[in-house]
Amino acid sequence: MESTSLNLRLQVWRQPSTQASGKFETYELPSVPVHASFLEMLDLLNEQLITEGREPVAFDHDCREGICGMCSLYINGRAHGPQQGTTTCQLHMRHFEDGETITIEPFRAKAFPVVRDLVVNRSAFDRIQQSGGFITVNTGNAPDGNAVPIPKTDADEAFAAAACIGCGACVAACKNASAMLFVSAKVSQYALLPQGQPEHRERVLSMVQAMDEEGFGHCTNTGACEAECPKGISVENIARLNRSYLGAQFSGGGHAAGGGSSMA
Amino acid sequence: MSPIKRFLLSSNGRKTVMALTGLFLILFLVVHLAGNLQLLVPDQGRSFNEYSHFMSHSLLIQTVSKLNFAFIILHVLYSLWLTKQANAARPVGYQGRAAKETTTWSSRNMGILGTLVLAFLLVHLKGFWYELKFGEAPVILYPGAEEALPDAFRVVSEAYANPMYAMFYVLSMVAVGFHLYHGFQSAFHTLGLSNYRYKPMIRTVGTIFAVLVPALFALIPVVMYLQSAGY
Repeated sequence: MESTSLNLRLQVWRQPSTQASGKFETYELPSVPVHASFLEMLDLLNEQLITEGREPVAFDHDCREGICGMCSLYINGRAHGPQQGTTTCQLHMRHFEDGETITIEPFRAKAFPVVRDLVVNRSAFDRIQQSGGFITVNTGNAPDGNAVPIPKTDADEAFAAAACIGCGACVAACKNASAMLFVSAKVSQYALLPQGQPEHRERVLSMVQAMDEEGFGHCTNTGACEAECPKGISVENIARLNRSYLGAQFSGGGHAAGGGSSMA
Repeated sequence: MSPIKRFLLSSNGRKTVMALTGLFLILFLVVHLAGNLQLLVPDQGRSFNEYSHFMSHSLLIQTVSKLNFAFIILHVLYSLWLTKQANAARPVGYQGRAAKETTTWSSRNMGILGTLVLAFLLVHLKGFWYELKFGEAPVILYPGAEEALPDAFRVVSEAYANPMYAMFYVLSMVAVGFHLYHGFQSAFHTLGLSNYRYKPMIRTVGTIFAVLVPALFALIPVVMYLQSAGY
């Protein structure tokens, strides 16, 4: 019979604020039920810390069902922990062993500054998204469902790219802290559909520029991002982004410097 | 900012420069290998010497050669520039060791491999290219030939008679192989030429290239050392 609870040693990154320097602190956490999720385990830790009169550990979470992209954490050298294809909130303690030391760090990148402890500011992704991750349509009555024919394979690939929840695991896992998988997913979800075509060139150029301005690293095609992505976003999207970027760069057309809209 | 300037400053544009220069150097390796394999023709180096004489007197080849040097320098400078960006992108590193099983060793160590290749290149250029171009190269007159040719074959065979030197070449080719193993398919990916359909083919061709080309290059010093040792 396997044990139903674990005694753990946790090495947790503690940092009071963005400006303050941080350090690891070690906590002993006994009797963690194997059925607890990783975030519930952190809840137990915080209960213990509060009981002892200490500051609880700050960490991001929201839906706790793997769809919001709010939870993060770099656990034992893996973004979202050792399990493939899941977010931290979908990770359960049965994947850990009794007596194990678990190292928990924030996602680390210059573009993701630590807000407090394990919470990082991922608004860089929002700004990249704002620079081009939209389409322009006339509002009014919803168009007829099948008025615009789209090949099934394109629809599937666009949907697969749109599954990106913007959690930042790709950046966290990349040795260069590159955001290319995120940006390529956001470009691809429109690039594959007719609705995304009018702004396609502008979108690619603007989003890459925004990505560079946020201070992310470059892509060296290691594939670490794809391996850690909880939504299984493929690096094929990065090849598509590169292809689109070169196309947009050399196909002429008006792209105003600075990423603004072109009026020419 | 002009579009071309913005392109060359963007991380995508800089990666494109890395990919294009890398692919040119890959192409160069094929031509270089085809020439070098003539070292193994058993004719006292005549075909190799005639070939190298032709290469050093062809305007086209000399122009391409200068381009080649420029691309090597660009490839190195851009890699340093990109590495600087990557280092700045993560000022505080992780304590937890990054997962090893999700990526290839080559892809994580292109910088180290590239440095080894560059170090080899400097030794290689000093030993052969510089010696033949600016040094006192021996000459040889083949029977029936009109003029004496610089005996590049002798310079090479004397160098490979030293087992340490031959060994250095063989080990360097291992570094070249690992660099190519990632570089070949990565270049196609960066240029956007990879997709679901072609990726397996690019990987297969890249792997074969990364094994075969350095292996054939390494064969030359091994054979020539064995010949000099009397085997």
